[in-house]
Amino acid sequence: MYEGVVQNLIDELGLLPGVGPKSAQRIAFHLLAADPADVKRLAHALLEVKDKVRFCRVCGNVASEEDCRICRDARRDLHVICVVEEPKDVVAIEKTREFRGRYHVLGGAISPIDGVGPDDLRIRELMTRLADGQVTELIIATDPNLEGEATATYLARLVKPMGVRVTRLASGLPVGGDLEYADEVTLGRAFEGRRLLDV
Amino acid sequence: MHVAHLSLTDFRSYPSVELELQPGVTAFVGPNGQGKTNLVEAIGYVATQSSHRVAADAPLVRHGAGRAIVRASVVKDDRRALVELEINPGRANRARLNRAPLSRARDALGLLRTVLFAPEDLALVKGDPSERRRFLDDLLVARAPRFAGVRADYDRVLKQRGALLRTAMATRQGGRRGSRTGHTVVRRAEDEAGFASMGAGDVLSTLDVWDAHLARHGAELLGARLDLVEALRPLVEQAYAALAPGSAAVVMSYRGTHLSTGEDDLGTSDRAVLTERLRARLLEVRDAEVERGVTLVGPHRDDLLLGLGDLPARGYASHGESWSFALALRLAAYELLRADGSDPVLILDDVFAELDAQRRRRLAETVRDAEQVLVTAAVPEDVPAELSGFRYQVAEGSVSRGD
Ligand SMILES: Nc1ncnc2c1ncn2[C@@H]1O[C@H](COP(=O)(O)OP(=O)(O)O)[C@@H](O)[C@H]1O
Ligand SMILES: [Mg+2]
Ligand SMILES: [Zn+2]
Repeated sequence: MYEGVVQNLIDELGLLPGVGPKSAQRIAFHLLAADPADVKRLAHALLEVKDKVRFCRVCGNVASEEDCRICRDARRDLHVICVVEEPKDVVAIEKTREFRGRYHVLGGAISPIDGVGPDDLRIRELMTRLADGQVTELIIATDPNLEGEATATYLARLVKPMGVRVTRLASGLPVGGDLEYADEVTLGRAFEGRRLLDV
Repeated sequence: MHVAHLSLTDFRSYPSVELELQPGVTAFVGPNGQGKTNLVEAIGYVATQSSHRVAADAPLVRHGAGRAIVRASVVKDDRRALVELEINPGRANRARLNRAPLSRARDALGLLRTVLFAPEDLALVKGDPSERRRFLDDLLVARAPRFAGVRADYDRVLKQRGALLRTAMATRQGGRRGSRTGHTVVRRAEDEAGFASMGAGDVLSTLDVWDAHLARHGAELLGARLDLVEALRPLVEQAYAALAPGSAAVVMSYRGTHLSTGEDDLGTSDRAVLTERLRARLLEVRDAEVERGVTLVGPHRDDLLLGLGDLPARGYASHGESWSFALALRLAAYELLRADGSDPVLILDDVFAELDAQRRRRLAETVRDAEQVLVTAAVPEDVPAELSGFRYQVAEGSVSRGD
């Protein structure tokens, strides 16, 4: 245990994903020793991102205006929505140039261990988007792991009765992993070979 | 196959040791507590990535060290592979194959196959169902490494579903209490469960989804176990008859929770049939599951029933009979792996001292033709004459050639 403010910083850093107690300590002491101007720039960047970046009110992707760049783009296909867990998945899929529809970012996957249920995800917002009948296909691109699969099944059961075609990316993606780790070619192929999801 | 070289760093009692090994029989002899089992345990670890003695990895790392490294050079059909494992308790292990890192340690499974006999094997007969489930699952993985993934997925579904059931349980209990005292039912239940936002509706709708996944992954494990038991049965009967001629016949049957009480075996290991059955059974027991907050149906609750004649082995078989049964199970595993292709490495850790003269001789006769047999014993007399070969003396943590 260190003196108040130092320990505070260590505790705060320790809350970040992928940062354990040891790394938190290392980062904290690095910052203590760093040039004050560098630390100010970091602090500024943190505040600015919270201030300026927001989430698209339609799809939940990161945006610098009310709607994100993709939702504002009139050339994108209005009939297809691709559902992903995180904004970083949008980036991964955009790189493949395989997909011309729009996205819906859930903000995670169903995981009871972490206390995450359907109500914690942007599922209600998705249902609202589907309500007007314009969307004919929903491509579920949640991660190829158990939680992603469970989320896909849940969505398929919810959406199928509305008459929307529900598809899932083809297998071939590294199982158990994150969508973002799949290389562009594999991910692109997974899009082409997507299959109907049975419930 | 055989292990040609073993190298340990900070594994158990060994800061560092290098060992040349050859095909045929090698015996490690030395007083107790000197590190004989530690050597063969390391070889077993390369094959299964778990110890036959402890459930957690922490005791495998030398006291005071941060991680252990086990390197084994495995020769199969004249081809040599170097498998390296870094054991990091509490974190993911790392593995390399021929110096190239593998993305998951699990990917190194299947490069070495072993069958290990140890005093702990008596628990296969006398111990809890979990011992027998582990026997079956380890053998599945040895035969087809992809089952390590099947098993891990199933465990993960079980964990997720368990968390959900505990929330459901808390919701229900909170509901009862809530209705008595007139508080807002759901909100209270959530507070008690410690989940800020999982409401009762969420719980039930997602339980259906997890049921489907549990049934699918469970059916894969269950079906594989059922097939395995069928394949093992004649081999166990044969091995037991050889170890204890003239004794009652051995009986082996899989008792699955996918069957209702008193219901007969479905007579099939078809994955689709088993999936449906598991799903139906989950619905049947759902009320009890929510009441107790645990998953009551699935391969994690099953058992492999062992009997001699009309009596169950557990609780009835004599010490000697139990030993014969345990040995027969291991020998059957050995025969099965052998029939799949390459001879697995046989490891006999301190078992001969436990056996009477007849079982000793029969076991020795059965195993002596294996490509590689590694034996540990406290005194030279405990190594049967049939198993002559190389000798290592193990004393005070050093291993030396000797006779
Ligand atoms: N993690 C560890 N660190 C240091 N010593 C250990 C560790 N685990 C076991 N040992 C030591 O190893 C010895 C037991 O070795 P073992 O191979 O089981 O003996 P045996 O020759 O009887 O088979 C004991 O003295 C024990 O203290
Ligand atoms: Mg020993
Ligand atoms: Zn958007």
